[in-house]
Amino acid sequence: MLTQERAADIFDRIRKFSRADEIEILISGGGFALTRFANNTIHQNVEDENHLLSVRTAFGGRTARASTNKFDEDSLRRVVAASEALAKVQHPDPDLLPMPDSREADGSADERLKATPSRHFAETAAITPQLRAEAVKQIVNVAGKHKLITAGIYSSSESVEGIFNSRGLSQWHTQTLAEVSVTMLGADSSGWQKANSPNVSNLDPLAMAETAARKAIDAAHPEEIPPGKYAVILEPSAALDIVGFMFWDYSGMAILDQRSFLTGRIGSQLFGENITIWDDVSHPLQTGSPFDGEGMRRLRVPLVEHGVVKRVVYARATAARMKKSGFKDKVGLVEPTGHGFPLPNEMGEMPLNIVFVAPQNTQSLEHMISCTERGVLVTRLWYIREVDPYEKIVTGMTRDGTFLIENGRLRGGVRNFRFNESLIHMLSHVEAMSVPVRACGEESFDMVVPAMKIRDFNFTEVTKF
Amino acid sequence: MKDAANWALNVATLRGASYGDARIVSQRSRALSTKNGKVGSAADAESLGMSVRVIANGAWGFAASEDLSRSGVEATAARAVEVACASARVKQKDVQLAPEKPVIAEWTTPHAINPFSISVEQNIDLLLKVDSELRSIAGVTLAETNLNFHRDEQWFASSEGSDIHQTKYSTGAGYTAYAFAGNEIQKRSYPNSYGGQWQNKGYELIDELQLVQNARHIAEEAVALHHADRCPEGAFDIILDSSQLGLQIHESIGHPIELDRVLGMEANFAGTSFLTLDKLRTLRYGSDIVNVVADARQEHGPGLGTFGFDDEGVPAQCTPIITQGLFTGYLSSRETVHAIGENRSGGTLRAEGWNRLPIIRMTNISLLPGEKPLSLEQLIASTDRAIFMQTNRSWSIDDKRFNFQFGCEIGWEIKNGKRVRMLKNPSYSGITTEFWNSLDAICSRDEWTLWGTPNCGKGQPQQVMGTGHGAAPSRFRGIKVGSAYKGS
Repeated sequence: MLTQERAADIFDRIRKFSRADEIEILISGGGFALTRFANNTIHQNVEDENHLLSVRTAFGGRTARASTNKFDEDSLRRVVAASEALAKVQHPDPDLLPMPDSREADGSADERLKATPSRHFAETAAITPQLRAEAVKQIVNVAGKHKLITAGIYSSSESVEGIFNSRGLSQWHTQTLAEVSVTMLGADSSGWQKANSPNVSNLDPLAMAETAARKAIDAAHPEEIPPGKYAVILEPSAALDIVGFMFWDYSGMAILDQRSFLTGRIGSQLFGENITIWDDVSHPLQTGSPFDGEGMRRLRVPLVEHGVVKRVVYARATAARMKKSGFKDKVGLVEPTGHGFPLPNEMGEMPLNIVFVAPQNTQSLEHMISCTERGVLVTRLWYIREVDPYEKIVTGMTRDGTFLIENGRLRGGVRNFRFNESLIHMLSHVEAMSVPVRACGEESFDMVVPAMKIRDFNFTEVTKF
Repeated sequence: MKDAANWALNVATLRGASYGDARIVSQRSRALSTKNGKVGSAADAESLGMSVRVIANGAWGFAASEDLSRSGVEATAARAVEVACASARVKQKDVQLAPEKPVIAEWTTPHAINPFSISVEQNIDLLLKVDSELRSIAGVTLAETNLNFHRDEQWFASSEGSDIHQTKYSTGAGYTAYAFAGNEIQKRSYPNSYGGQWQNKGYELIDELQLVQNARHIAEEAVALHHADRCPEGAFDIILDSSQLGLQIHESIGHPIELDRVLGMEANFAGTSFLTLDKLRTLRYGSDIVNVVADARQEHGPGLGTFGFDDEGVPAQCTPIITQGLFTGYLSSRETVHAIGENRSGGTLRAEGWNRLPIIRMTNISLLPGEKPLSLEQLIASTDRAIFMQTNRSWSIDDKRFNFQFGCEIGWEIKNGKRVRMLKNPSYSGITTEFWNSLDAICSRDEWTLWGTPNCGKGQPQQVMGTGHGAAPSRFRGIKVGSAYKGS
């Protein structure tokens, strides 16, 4: 895998090829492996090694980017030339800022952020195809024991992310990640579990397989119950997949573009008082690099406090634009927060390290169920898409373990529902939350999120299984 | 490149692989966009690398690397065999490939103008001209435009003797006007939403799309939607424009016919399919006028699913999927085709790039046009009461592909053969086979467009692939409309 020293050397070589006023490189990549199983068989098993070098040059107010995965002399010259050729023909952008230096990039971050915990674990980096196969074998054995069919993945990766610029900025991040996802299939039911962590010792594939199997067994012979408004308990993966659809809007650029559902709503009581959300890259359950696409350190930002939307995040240029805009007095504190995407881009920035803060009276999932007279327990959501961008109505399906709750107990599986639910409505009707955990799904990015019990969740249709 | 492929295949064979193939892929792309009068992104990218796919001990292994030196290639091949041996620890039976005659061939996407030969200045000027037209309409609060070009060159070699050099070009362009007012964000896109129209063509596509000429009209509709009535809720006949119907085909026909899904190989992520094997040649998928093909051949048109050979060296083919309403075919590969009792792959295995494993992907899944001349205006004129919906805004379908819901950017109420009013926030939903059996009119060839879907996600790790969908405006009877806003 590429080291920081070699990356710095590549940057030094690249600088000599460039005549731009400023130059920046992003380096990312590493090794990735994934063992995939279905029908109790490993049917796909892949490994790859790749690094991407992306060069941004700037001439006055003009900038552009070119990238390659080749690091020989000719390729480095070519990628610099491509970036410069693209940059030179741009129209000058009055909002383009000089690249940040190290002091600016690190200056506003507190000491705790500067010491973001290591997310690289040797044990994860050392995972072999044989080890993954052994874990899959255990999962398949669980399926066999319960007369189920299993499908899923076990992946591992070791990656780097670095940024260097001609004003002396140099940032480097290394990370490992192991991930297991298990589906258990019965004749007319299924169950699912997924987890990931930089440290593989935090994963327990066997326990996940047993939980997924239990769900598939308990969900067998699903009955059809009518759509309508139900008390719904979303397990953490389901909660993150649906709430993830609102975080693109917590962006200064989205406010300036008037494409955010927060336009005109920052500072108002939009959600219930029990909702407090931070973006916090340094949280021990979070992953990712502590700097953004320009190398700025990510700040810890309070997005929602007791249901009131307090702030959104900003790239440097977005913050500068916001301060000059008519919105500046309506959006809370405006400052670069270290959440920008690599330049140039249209989207600006977004928070990617979401942490829900536990309310005072957390409840276990089991307690939530026991306190529910009639409701639905949802394991997983699927194919979520935005229906209405300002009311933030999203649609999607339940999947892989949907259960009817009656008189405080799981009564059995039910056919899957389609929902059309406003996230504003949903987060205003959260009756109970568990302790937030690191969760992952398929529709949104990983976050630290609780299970949630929602009042009057809007199921509009039911499907055939 | 041929040498590198041979190094890999020799090592794989020496290490015990019973089958091997190598793909060396060189990819180049250019992405340009504007937003509200400024360039949003300007980026060139290139990527070169190699993958080796093998069967050893009866199981699959795959490894890929950017390192094309002899030692790097040989290490990658050896790694692929090692991975296959690990796979063999958890298998129920050995992988069997359907026979395929080895091919030595060259193939290139027919194109009149290499899109990379057009200057960046000319492209940006075009986008800014569109942007200016969009924002000339009062009420437009955000204008976004994009141009995208791709070139994928691939050398494929297999241990069975295939040697295929294939170069594909694709071009895409589009724009969207947003209007924010009160408590609503409305938008209109041209020629389609989410990136516009994409085809396997050169720059000639850009001229054909008439981007500038359509901009003001699209912007005016985005603003006008704020004054339109909300689409009613209930059972209605609906007419879908060809772009929305293209996505309907993608989601409710294209995905469920993927044989890997049917066989449970995608159960953990993309899902399975309601089209279990007993449905083949027994299920009435649609009404008698529904004829759908999966056609990767050149003669079908320049779709994103058009190629000479798939990524395991099988020539492009046309497979009848629905024939006069009867379900007649799946998308298959050399590994999966045995399951339907056939002995030749349908040629649908494709990979996103050099470092991804080829999997079954849609080619061009197209609804054939009606045989009798029928224009959109004639279809509307022959309709008593219906809602005409254009341009996708949201899409969702369950993991077996039964229940779907689509939202569109704009709707029109049809009464007594005429468009009588604009409707905002139109949506419809249903069950796949009930929906296709309600189809009673399809416009003819001159209304038929081969749309490109550039962003189809599938597989673990997820791969994004372009697919093609030919469709003409069509009418469906008694469809549930408006449930997206039910209860809100």
